[in-house]
Amino acid sequence: MSLNLDSKTPSGPLEKKWEQHKFESKLINPANRRKFEVIVVGTGLAGASAAATLGELGYKVKAFCFQDSPRRAHSIAAQGGINAAKNYQNDGDSVHRLFYDTIKGGDFRSRESNVHRLAEISVSIIDHCVALGVPFAREYGGLLDNRSFGGAQVSRTFYARGQTGQQLLLGAYSALNRQIAAGSVEMFSRTELMDIVLVDGHAKGIVTRDLTNGAIRTWAADCVIMATGGYGNVFYLSTNAKGSNVTATYRAHRRGAAFANPCYTQIHPTCIPVAGDHQSKLTLMSESLRNDGRVWVPKKKGDTRPYSQIPEDERDYYLERKYPSFGNLAPRDISSRSAKEVCDEGRGVGPGGLGVYLDFADSIKRLGEDKIRERYGNLFEMYHQITGENAYNGPMRIFPAVHYTMGGLWVDYNLMSNIPGLFVLGEANFSDHGANRLGASALMQGLADGYFVIPYTIGNYLAPHVGERPSTDHPAFKQTEADVRANIHKLLSIKGKRSVDSFHRELGLIMWDHCGMARTEKSLTRALKRLPELRQEFWQNANVPGENESLNTSLERAGRVADFLEFGELMCMDALTRKESCGGHFREEYQTPDGEAVRNDAEYSHVAAWEYQGEGIAPIRHTEPLTFDNVKLATRSYK
Amino acid sequence: MNLHLKVWRQKNAATKGALVSYEARNIPEDCSFLEMLDLVNEDLLSRGEEPIAFDHDCREGICGMCSLTINGIPHGTSDTTTCQLYMRKFKDGQTIYIEPFRASAFPLLRDLSVNRSAFDRIQQAGGFISAHVGAAPDGNAILVPKTDADHAMEAAACIGCGACAAACPNASAMLFVGAKVTHLASLPQGQPERERRALAMVRRMDAEGFGNCSNYLECEAVCPAEIPALVIGQLNRDYAHALVKESL
Repeated sequence: MSLNLDSKTPSGPLEKKWEQHKFESKLINPANRRKFEVIVVGTGLAGASAAATLGELGYKVKAFCFQDSPRRAHSIAAQGGINAAKNYQNDGDSVHRLFYDTIKGGDFRSRESNVHRLAEISVSIIDHCVALGVPFAREYGGLLDNRSFGGAQVSRTFYARGQTGQQLLLGAYSALNRQIAAGSVEMFSRTELMDIVLVDGHAKGIVTRDLTNGAIRTWAADCVIMATGGYGNVFYLSTNAKGSNVTATYRAHRRGAAFANPCYTQIHPTCIPVAGDHQSKLTLMSESLRNDGRVWVPKKKGDTRPYSQIPEDERDYYLERKYPSFGNLAPRDISSRSAKEVCDEGRGVGPGGLGVYLDFADSIKRLGEDKIRERYGNLFEMYHQITGENAYNGPMRIFPAVHYTMGGLWVDYNLMSNIPGLFVLGEANFSDHGANRLGASALMQGLADGYFVIPYTIGNYLAPHVGERPSTDHPAFKQTEADVRANIHKLLSIKGKRSVDSFHRELGLIMWDHCGMARTEKSLTRALKRLPELRQEFWQNANVPGENESLNTSLERAGRVADFLEFGELMCMDALTRKESCGGHFREEYQTPDGEAVRNDAEYSHVAAWEYQGEGIAPIRHTEPLTFDNVKLATRSYK
Repeated sequence: MNLHLKVWRQKNAATKGALVSYEARNIPEDCSFLEMLDLVNEDLLSRGEEPIAFDHDCREGICGMCSLTINGIPHGTSDTTTCQLYMRKFKDGQTIYIEPFRASAFPLLRDLSVNRSAFDRIQQAGGFISAHVGAAPDGNAILVPKTDADHAMEAAACIGCGACAAACPNASAMLFVGAKVTHLASLPQGQPERERRALAMVRRMDAEGFGNCSNYLECEAVCPAEIPALVIGQLNRDYAHALVKESL
């Protein structure tokens, strides 16, 4: 069967594509916009900004989130900053440089056209957020302040203390609130997407469950936008919020949406190490810390001396040694893998040898403790809360943790999936980061998609379909609702002995060990054998107590874990079939003698988009070739 | 460590609730408070009982979704959120009372989970700047002195958890409202709507059933985001100013 993977990339020179596309995109006059209903699922940066902007334009929007308020979405936890090619620091930045850094950072596995558009839009995002009242850091003269970030040699990152994600999300939330007050957006919190409804192959609605009382409802619309985030929680332990899940995108996948590059997962180098089996999540320490912190381990294996007794010449500042030009600011995938390497060599520090030092002693000596406190105060505080240690007096211990997922539902240049009428924004899509995302680029992409892309591209789908919104009486709605009810009934009927959480933990361990920072054909094959067994056990022995008709957190979790169990297999299959190393996907078989990734551009310069075939049946791998007309494919070097 | 828990259990708003005793055994002190509850829930599940419902999401102190009144104090004895409270702060053998955030404007959903959408409705009343996409001038065209930006950021750090209202004997939301009013009033962009914002948000707050401030300052003491009570003074000033202007 063929799958339509036409990227709809506009022709013309790279820097004119978006301008030209905006001009050629179909407009809908203001009176007609009121006739269109748009569903937005998820209220993070992408979802909230999309709902607010479409509401502002006059569309009738219904927005949904599973949390108790749209302001809780996990974008709120992003710490470090947001990139924009403003060149306010006069240090040689430009749209083209941000474009190039992002393409290179993504290890040449993203679409040139999308990335260039992102870089162009970045400058407008900052302007708009300032207008909304986002309190970005300022210099004494009143100008916006910048910092540098991993994978770049210019200072282009805008920030609000260590809470940039919070401030940007609250900005989008305030814009959303304004539209809710104006009546153009209706908001439904504590409401989880259960499935999408296709009518004649077009996405025309959703089925939801009210998490407070179990009410199942159907909603019809002219199109559906998913901005439901990433799937990092397939690893159980990650920096994602506990509620973050793959359910929305995976259920869309089951209805026919192609899932692109699921094996591209980002392991963040600077997280607080695992403390024990009870641990429910991992906490990130912003990568911005690497601006002033130096990463090191002892030179000697099994050196158990406390850090203060290890003299300077017996310390290995391995990032500075291996990557002299980027040093501690080497990109995330490279920094994470280097940390794994030194720990595998037996030079890790802390319990179990799974940690490396991030040391601020030199910076405190150079800048003073007050300056460091001003820059990272809340991060040091957080570190203290969690570990009980004071990082002003000694180095932090850090270790890599799952943080972000570059893969997601396949979308074209309009951000529409292969299902007509289903748009996918933010982390939930696959489009802009290739095989590895640079720091401070997730916030940029979420807001670009929501504020500046979808308002233009949505018209291309809607304009020819005016007046085609079905009613929820359509048989497709009845059938999908019946499927949803049957699935809930099935979960509640297992009545097994083992908790849903323990299945999730086991899944996470399998994924981390076999499809984590380094993967091999052997490990992936083993995972692909083990995962169906675990899934089978889940459906025979999961303990899901209570009933549907009440607030039932066990039931919520069971539905999400059931999807993760299937999704894990898809990830492993993607990792197994991509026989190269690139970005966040490192296959041990494909590396240089000194451990650097080896890409295979001849065979794998493409997007892998998977088509669902049914439960337990192997999905079909389709490809969208990637062409590079404006950059030269190079071995990514940060030396 | 072992702990005696007294946990508020209530099936829904229509039924009566009560404190129920549970034993939390072999809890590592590196556990967060919510991880301790996870372990208790695993134990309940293994005995065929329904787990305790509580709200949580990011578990890193920023989303504002976790709540819990612990030994009578919202978010417990810590200066941060419940999710960032670690068991090393408790003593082996201690009895811990765990109740929901209590305020009449936060109706109970189940066990420890309450409905805080009144906070959203207050924000919808005026907690924004009416800037539409596409109309913004260059970010550096609006100069903001560093001290003003820092002041705005200090107030904008509010995580909307509701501890302030839960801690206040009047269940007042003045710290929450004051934080947003101060954040936007500290910036040049927030000036045009400053007065109508203060009026609209205060009126909505009253309509939702939150009480008034009588300077107990419990809100400031429990606020995990360290919002200073000075924002209440700012709110009172802006509100009074706007009220006078409105009556002219």
